Amino acid sequence: MSTTAQMASNAGEAPVFYLTEDHHPENGTLLGFWLYLMSDCLIFACLFAMYGVLGGSYAAGPGPKELFDLPLVAVNTSMLLLSSITYGFAMLEMQRSNKIPTLIWLFVTGCFGLAFLGIELTEFHHMIAEGAGPQRSAFLSSFFTLVGTHGLHVSFGIIWLVVLMVQVGQRGLTAVNQRRLSCLSLFWHFLDVVWIGVFTFVYLMGVLR
Amino acid sequence: MSTTHHNASGAHGGADEPHVHSHDHGHGGGAPHSTLKGYMTGFVLSVILTAIPFWIVMGDVFKSNHTATVVVLAFAFVQIFVHMVYFLHMNTSSEGGWNMLALIFTGVLVIITLSGSLWVMYHMNANMMPPSVHDMRNMP
Repeated sequence: MSTTAQMASNAGEAPVFYLTEDHHPENGTLLGFWLYLMSDCLIFACLFAMYGVLGGSYAAGPGPKELFDLPLVAVNTSMLLLSSITYGFAMLEMQRSNKIPTLIWLFVTGCFGLAFLGIELTEFHHMIAEGAGPQRSAFLSSFFTLVGTHGLHVSFGIIWLVVLMVQVGQRGLTAVNQRRLSCLSLFWHFLDVVWIGVFTFVYLMGVLR
Repeated sequence: MSTTHHNASGAHGGADEPHVHSHDHGHGGGAPHSTLKGYMTGFVLSVILTAIPFWIVMGDVFKSNHTATVVVLAFAFVQIFVHMVYFLHMNTSSEGGWNMLALIFTGVLVIITLSGSLWVMYHMNANMMPPSVHDMRNMP
C-alpha cells in the first residue's frame, strides 16, 4: 500500500486505488487445491465402487490369487511410504530455507516415486504377458483402470516434482515456490492415502476373497 | 521497480509488511504444523499399520476370511486417519475449518457412492442371474 502511494507521488501518475502487487493469502491457493483433491477423491471413489462391483467377475480367467504377488506389493507400498516421509523432510528443509537439502530430499522422493512406478509397470507387463490383460475379464478391466489411474497420478506427480526442482534451482525458495511445494506435498500425501485403499481393497482383500 | 517482492528471508514471505493481515503471513510455507516429530510419528505408525495387514493376509493368521477382511479394513481406516493427521496436517482449525468441512462432505459422498453401488449392484446380480437351462425350456 505504501509502495503504491510512493509510486503515485514519485512519478506523478494517476493515483491507483487498488493493490498493484499480488496479495493472495497463502490459504486461498491451498484451500482451492484441497478442493481439487477432494474432487479427485470422488473419481477414485467411483473407480473403487466399480472394482467392488466387477471385482468378482473373472469370466473363467485368472483371479487375484493367481495373479497378485503380495511380497512385490509390499515392496511397492514401502516405496510409496518412504517417498512420503522424504517429501516431509523436503518440506521441513524448505521451512528452514535450506535450498540444497530441499532439492536433495525432493530428488530422493522422485527416485522412490520412480521405483514405485517401475515395480508397478513390471507387474502390469508380467500380467499382460501372461494373457491377463485388461481385455481378459471385467475384474481385470476394473483392476487396470483403478490401479492405472493411481499410477498415472503418480507419473504426473513426478513430472510436477521435476518442474518444481528446476524452478527452485533457478529462483530459490521464493514465497511462490514454497506455495507450489506445499500444493505438491498435499498431492503426494493424498496419493499415498489412495494407495492405502488400493493395497487393502484390491490386493489384500482380493487374495482373501 | 519498488514493487518487487522481498523474499530474501524465504520462510517469512510477507511477515515484515506492516499493513493489513500481517497475521495471515506468519507462515510462508502454508503448512505451519509440520515438525520432524510429527512426520516421524506418522511414518512409524504407518509402517506398523501397513505391516500388520500384510502379515495377517500372507501368514493366514485368521482361520475365517471374513474376520481377516474386517480386521484389514479396520487397519486401513486407521492408517488413512493417521495420514490425514500427520502428513496432510488436517485439523478442525486449518483454513478456518473449510478444509475439514470439504473433507466431511467428500467422505459422505464417498460412503454413499461405495455402499450404494455395492448394495444395488449386488442385488441386481442376485436377481438377474441367467436362468438355468431347465427354466429356459419351460418358458412360455
